[in-house]
Amino acid sequence: MNRPLAAWLFLAPALAVLGVFFLLPVLAAFALSLTDYDLYALADLHNLRFVALGNYWALLQRPLFWSALGHTVYFVGVGVPLSIGVSLGAALLLHSPLARAQAFFRTALFAPVVTTVVATAVVWRYLFSTRYGWINHLLGLVGIHPVDWLGDPHWAMPAIILYAVWKNFGYNMILLLAGLQAIPGELYEAARIDGASFWRQFRHITLPLLGPTLAMVSILTVAGYFQLFAEPYVMTEGGPLQSTTSVLYLMYEEGFTWWNLGSASAIAFLLFAVMFAVTALMLRLARRREAL
Amino acid sequence: MKGIAGKLAPTRLLRLMLLTAVALAGCARDAGTQTLTFWTFGREGEAVVQLLPGFEREHPGLKVVVEQIPLTAAHQKLLTAIAGGATPDLGQLGNTWLPELATLGALEPLQPYVERSAVVRADDYFRSIWATNRMGGVLYGVPWYVDTRLLFYRRDLLRQAGFDAPPRDWAQWRRMLAALSHPQRHVYGILLPTNEYEQLLSLALQQPDPLLRDGGRYGNFESAGFKRALAFYVDTFRLHQAPPITNVEAGNPWVEFGRGTYAFYLSGPWNIGEFRRRLPAAQQGDWATAPLPGPDGPGAGLAGGASLVVFRRSTHKQAAWALIEYLSRPQVQQRFYELLGDMPPRRASWAGGVLRDDPKAQAFREQLERVRPTPAVPEWERIANEMQRLAAQAVAGELSVDQAAAELDRRTDRILAKRRWVLDRRRETR
Repeated sequence: MNRPLAAWLFLAPALAVLGVFFLLPVLAAFALSLTDYDLYALADLHNLRFVALGNYWALLQRPLFWSALGHTVYFVGVGVPLSIGVSLGAALLLHSPLARAQAFFRTALFAPVVTTVVATAVVWRYLFSTRYGWINHLLGLVGIHPVDWLGDPHWAMPAIILYAVWKNFGYNMILLLAGLQAIPGELYEAARIDGASFWRQFRHITLPLLGPTLAMVSILTVAGYFQLFAEPYVMTEGGPLQSTTSVLYLMYEEGFTWWNLGSASAIAFLLFAVMFAVTALMLRLARRREAL
Repeated sequence: MKGIAGKLAPTRLLRLMLLTAVALAGCARDAGTQTLTFWTFGREGEAVVQLLPGFEREHPGLKVVVEQIPLTAAHQKLLTAIAGGATPDLGQLGNTWLPELATLGALEPLQPYVERSAVVRADDYFRSIWATNRMGGVLYGVPWYVDTRLLFYRRDLLRQAGFDAPPRDWAQWRRMLAALSHPQRHVYGILLPTNEYEQLLSLALQQPDPLLRDGGRYGNFESAGFKRALAFYVDTFRLHQAPPITNVEAGNPWVEFGRGTYAFYLSGPWNIGEFRRRLPAAQQGDWATAPLPGPDGPGAGLAGGASLVVFRRSTHKQAAWALIEYLSRPQVQQRFYELLGDMPPRRASWAGGVLRDDPKAQAFREQLERVRPTPAVPEWERIANEMQRLAAQAVAGELSVDQAAAELDRRTDRILAKRRWVLDRRRETR
């Protein structure tokens, strides 16, 4: 048996699984996005029309799509830096030689990642309750008027960002902690001998050497945050006044609530295009910085 | 007639039912025990389980498996089941969903069954409620319970403000709301949760103009009637006679109603039980129910509720129909009301049991004779959702009444585009 054939045979099971469970559905969804598959088509296939890019065109003209994209970009734009900032802060604290009970805190801070979204979202909904929630209670102690977190269109998204950051920062924290541990201790020693302050050590040793890890963490987080769905689904149902309707939430509504699968598939591909463009840009920026 | 159906018929019906039961058991003996799958949505499942032992006693060859599906997941579950060919034998179906499932061809036409039935008699049912089960002249469901919205009000507060009776028309209602609202003290005339479309829809159904025009091809929301209803609704918030809050934020409306935060609450029949449970005994005399006031005189209401349907793919249609007949008996419906507070759709069931003498339920009885169905198009639920979203935007001051109505027509026309195409094509092929 020649070598390439053997290689293909070894790859075959993985390729078959990928083909059946990934490639085929993606192609089918793309085909679906070129039709107006809906309730009437479900009832009778003769009611199915090929509309080419009609779904995409209609979506681009729908204000709701743009506002959903805006909400998603808001969530990514504020949520990702905040999330990575919190992760980095927690990782630095855990990595500090002063930290006690490291293993305990590492587990405790990682715990939210492995809990179910729905269960914790319900608990956070109680925390955010306008009248009886702890968050408003604590704000009240410092003299801040109660905020209608999930009922006010201006505050619902910040509330969801807060929850998502809490839920997700542990994962990145572990990755960044591994990155921190890989930085040789001698560098800090040398810097201390030269009299560098903590801030300058962070700025000129930690950040540059953590660069590749940070780049990977950012790309993964951006890709994850673009797929905002479960949080608004459980906490606000996309409201109030649709201020927390994300692109994926819109797709879910379009597809599974109203059964417009053609248009829902088109939303999925548009979101894919946006995510692809953003992550590709980030990758390129990261590579360029590495090359410098 | 009503009295006869209510008092004499049951024994005869019972005998008939027993006969059918024997016949059915005879069929079943060959096939062994038949299992009927029955899908329920929401709280009804818990109550119906308690009614079933009686049915299974009468039909020894039948076993009913009730699957309780949460209301929030119901719609997707149904559509997925239809797409996958995995529908149950029979199910509960909200009457706004019926047109959709009928369009999908998932439901068994029931007219032949009704014609042979001694239990289910069309003329005993409230007319508009029965009508919501017909689409294109074909009957697809038998009403199981009804739901309409009307006024719960604080009799004592109204009296203190100098009103001896609940409002009969919008002008009186507006005067009462004005007298009873003190927004600076967080006291409002009425609670209208902004995330529920039933309140505005009830007002809209009171208008002479239909909500859709040209046979359900286009929206008719820029009509004078709908705009009048929307303006009344929006004004109630703008005049601070209702707080612009959703159901979630309203928290515990029963306690707030008891405290006098709201003098009116536009809501449905299940709240009779809630108020009885949650308000102290001393306050039970202070609240009452009243039919909806209309633009000029007593108004129409929303013909809501749920029906029982048989799915076309079922292989036990006769047995499924036997269960529908059992659940349609007046005594069983009275028991159902006692268990859950779901109101029966037929007059015979109202003529006996606890319902007959319950003054708080009588307003519903009166309203039910004056309800109107929503448009029977599969897209209706979606249109109603858009209506409420735009109304909430109008309440928030982002849109004027005219703008909201125009935008609603625009969105509705887009939602109905495919329906127009399907209807036109059907006409051409004929």
